[in-house]
Amino acid sequence: MSDQPAVMLTELELDALTELVNLGVGNAAVGLREMVKEEVLLSVPNVAIVTREQAIANLGRDPAKRLVAVHQNFDGDIRGRALLIFPEAQSMELVRAVVGSDLSLEDLIELEQEALAETGNVLLNSCLSTIANSFGRTLRISLPEVVHGDGSEFFNLTPWPQIDDSVLFIYINFAVRRGNIQGYLAMLLDLPSLVTLKELLASYIARMGGTTPPAPSDAG
Amino acid sequence: MTRKVLIVDDSKLARMAVIKALDSLHPDWTRFEASDAATALALVQREAPDIALLDFNMPGMDGLVLAAEVRELNPGIRVAVISANHQAEVVERARAAGAAFLPKPLTAVALRAFLGDAAAPRQEAR
Repeated sequence: MSDQPAVMLTELELDALTELVNLGVGNAAVGLREMVKEEVLLSVPNVAIVTREQAIANLGRDPAKRLVAVHQNFDGDIRGRALLIFPEAQSMELVRAVVGSDLSLEDLIELEQEALAETGNVLLNSCLSTIANSFGRTLRISLPEVVHGDGSEFFNLTPWPQIDDSVLFIYINFAVRRGNIQGYLAMLLDLPSLVTLKELLASYIARMGGTTPPAPSDAG
Repeated sequence: MTRKVLIVDDSKLARMAVIKALDSLHPDWTRFEASDAATALALVQREAPDIALLDFNMPGMDGLVLAAEVRELNPGIRVAVISANHQAEVVERARAAGAAFLPKPLTAVALRAFLGDAAAPRQEAR
């Protein structure tokens, strides 16, 4: 099996994709800020396209570390699954930030799934819809689901894994004043979707950065 | 009147998009590009730009910290911070740093509104 993703992006295509994720995450920060009632700090996302095996390896270095994922399926010109993943140990931090720290542990546990799903929903929807809008396309996005486990479970959820699936793997840090939460965003894409993504990125670049006819040099 | 504009963004595409918007308004203005804060500060010292358009979310020094440093080097410069992240705190910090806040992706309309203001002579600058 190849250790290279089936489709490689050019430097500028990866730059464009990173910028789109950056816009999506920036928009999400505005929504998250309303949820936690204080400023949400987000790092610059680091975007790479890797094979499914590499994505699992990226997540799975420490077997003692359980993870939690919020995932949503999307379908349209490109289809796949988007996941927000972070260490299970930090999940309560996030829940506390969202629902308030003055609740009892019992209440927190009861609200955990809901708070995680809502956080994931804001971040994932924002990234997916920013990407779709920028391409002038529509994506249908399913409701969020929360799963606990490890990378190999997350990237083998039915119904989509194919042998040549690639993963758009995004490292990101987000923080509210009470603590830093290191998370990952991932989008699992099949080969036709990755090919389409590359095409859409190329036309987005032409539209956004395309050179205009040279200006008269004596203008002033 | 021709102006000198500094464009700072770690994304090459984002810089291309800003230049495209700027070209549609003021094709004759001189522009300088930087992908990081250190290069941006060096350009401020060397080229003395009139206007700086800074991305907010960059690795290392963010656009708000950079805005303050740019204005320290050149108090007359007009600065805008560009970001999709329009949290109240971010917009407020931009204002506190003496910078305008422009939404990302930057449109020619938003840039024109800022430049219309920024292109006007600034008394304390001269």
